[in-house]
Amino acid sequence: MTVTATSAREHAPPPLEEPADEDLSLLLSVRAFELKLLELFGQGMLNGTTHTCLGQEYVPVALRPLLRPEDHVFSNHRGHGHYLARFQDYEGLLAEIMGRRGAVCGGVGGSQHIRRDRFLSTGVQGESLPVACGVALHLRRAEPGALACVHIGDGTFGEGGVYEALNLAALWRLPLLVVVENNGIAQTTPVSASMAGTVAGRAAAFGIDHVHTDSVDLGVIRRLLAPRIERVREGRPLVVEFATHRLGPHSKGDDTRPAEVIERARAADWYGRYAALCPERFARLDARARAHIDEVARDVAGREPS
Amino acid sequence: MRVSENLNAALHTVLERDPGMHLLGEDVLDPYGGAFGVTRGLSTRFPDRVLTTPISENAMTGVAAGLALAGDGAVVEIMFGDFVTLAFDQLVNFAAKSVSMYGSRVPMRMVVRCPVGGGRGYGPTHSQSPQKHLVGVPHLALYEVSPFRDNAEVFAEMLAREEPCVLFEDKVLYTRPMGEVEPPFTLRQDGPVARIGLTDEPDCVIVAGGGVAHRVLEAMRGLLLEEEIVCTLLVPSRLYPVELDLPPARHVFVVEEGTAGGTWGAEVARVVHERHWQDLARPVTLIHSADSVIPTAPHLEREVLVGASAVHRVIRETLRG
Repeated sequence: MTVTATSAREHAPPPLEEPADEDLSLLLSVRAFELKLLELFGQGMLNGTTHTCLGQEYVPVALRPLLRPEDHVFSNHRGHGHYLARFQDYEGLLAEIMGRRGAVCGGVGGSQHIRRDRFLSTGVQGESLPVACGVALHLRRAEPGALACVHIGDGTFGEGGVYEALNLAALWRLPLLVVVENNGIAQTTPVSASMAGTVAGRAAAFGIDHVHTDSVDLGVIRRLLAPRIERVREGRPLVVEFATHRLGPHSKGDDTRPAEVIERARAADWYGRYAALCPERFARLDARARAHIDEVARDVAGREPS
Repeated sequence: MRVSENLNAALHTVLERDPGMHLLGEDVLDPYGGAFGVTRGLSTRFPDRVLTTPISENAMTGVAAGLALAGDGAVVEIMFGDFVTLAFDQLVNFAAKSVSMYGSRVPMRMVVRCPVGGGRGYGPTHSQSPQKHLVGVPHLALYEVSPFRDNAEVFAEMLAREEPCVLFEDKVLYTRPMGEVEPPFTLRQDGPVARIGLTDEPDCVIVAGGGVAHRVLEAMRGLLLEEEIVCTLLVPSRLYPVELDLPPARHVFVVEEGTAGGTWGAEVARVVHERHWQDLARPVTLIHSADSVIPTAPHLEREVLVGASAVHRVIRETLRG
């Protein structure tokens, strides 16, 4: 079964619903966090690499109330938003990325290898799906009603492990929620050069339900997904495809897209649209989020190594 | 009791004692019980924890890692050890790394079983000894089945490590009896290392995995009778990390069925050199299969694989010149 909840592209997107303060603050804090990382990189204060989720922050924020504490979340290389939506632990994550005291994984894992409670990210594409199947198998037996949620991207569909895992999830009726953040590009390779067919077609090949949305509206997304995620808990795996936009580069300094493509991503960004919807509240919460992240960065940068 | 029956009994014990343990693999269900019959009876006794999988080594190893991560555990059967290459990413980049890459120790109780080795005419992709490809991965311990150690003990030790383990099982062992050593040699168990010999002061020490032990014993018998060369064989249950306490000897050999280049024996030699260099007459001598694919036809396969005669010849030449 494939369900598509999409606004017709030739028309202006429908007006957004007013988000709750809590949701908007979380969105803005994740945005401020990612922008701060790029700033710190620019100043030579970060080691290695990082992949920001600029433009995709709303995905984990939308999912947040639909997931329960007993659910497992598997994240990928672009996982800061996934972690922050679950824990709001800006200090722990920044300390991890900077290798400072208070790092959530002692500075060993860094940006893309994070584990805390039932959250885990790892840096190899497609690797987490079979692992999530194993966790889902455990949950089905030991904690019925809980699920394993895995975030992947469009590029991940190049990996064979994805199909091995989808096959098992369907065969074994696992409580597996696959969240595909289809931002249309893998580092510099557009989806048109990496994927024959569609995500929907691939889910259908395994008899797995698929739902597609290009909405950035938290309320719309939640109403679309809430009943379907409940069915995942009963052992009916689901692929949710977010047609989304990566605003920034894959990591840093590797954005080769033409200006008009980046411009289209900007136009679709939740940030400008929510700003237009409730300018005063937005500005107030945005200023507060940025001030908070500035303070976190000052604090963490001043700490001793982890 | 045959080695395959001992392994089967060990798996029954593992699943019986630990209600969180699972067993996964291709064609592992009754009445077949796996390509070598090692999992027979398990799916009948533990139907919800013994799962037959599609031909998906990557996924089955990942599922095992997921079960381990969630506090359960799993034994994976790779039908032919050659196919462990398809699980390399899950083993090396996920399961083993997860033990320490998240800053605090994550217990990962999982064992990947790999039937390995040639001598049965299965050809180049079903006869390899891939031990060497997995040597040197942090938090990935390697074990090899031998006729001289009860596999229930081996499994208990592997699972107690709380890190992923690979268990290599030489296919030629499955039909051999457990624990038999013919006179004049005697078997002594030094913890996880079986020590087989005549005396405490041998002319040479041979280190070998369980799969080639009987070939080494055949060579030892010939060397004793024809050359009066007295050897002591050490068969470690754990291949890696290497931990060996050698009896005093001037000559040390390592025998394995793996093909030449980047061998397990080279790693054993490194450890022996560090500990015993001053006692040695010469560097450790490595005896292994040829630098070749493993042919199917029996006469060609024999030319490539290490056998008793090669062990005999190398040891005689090394000691007698």
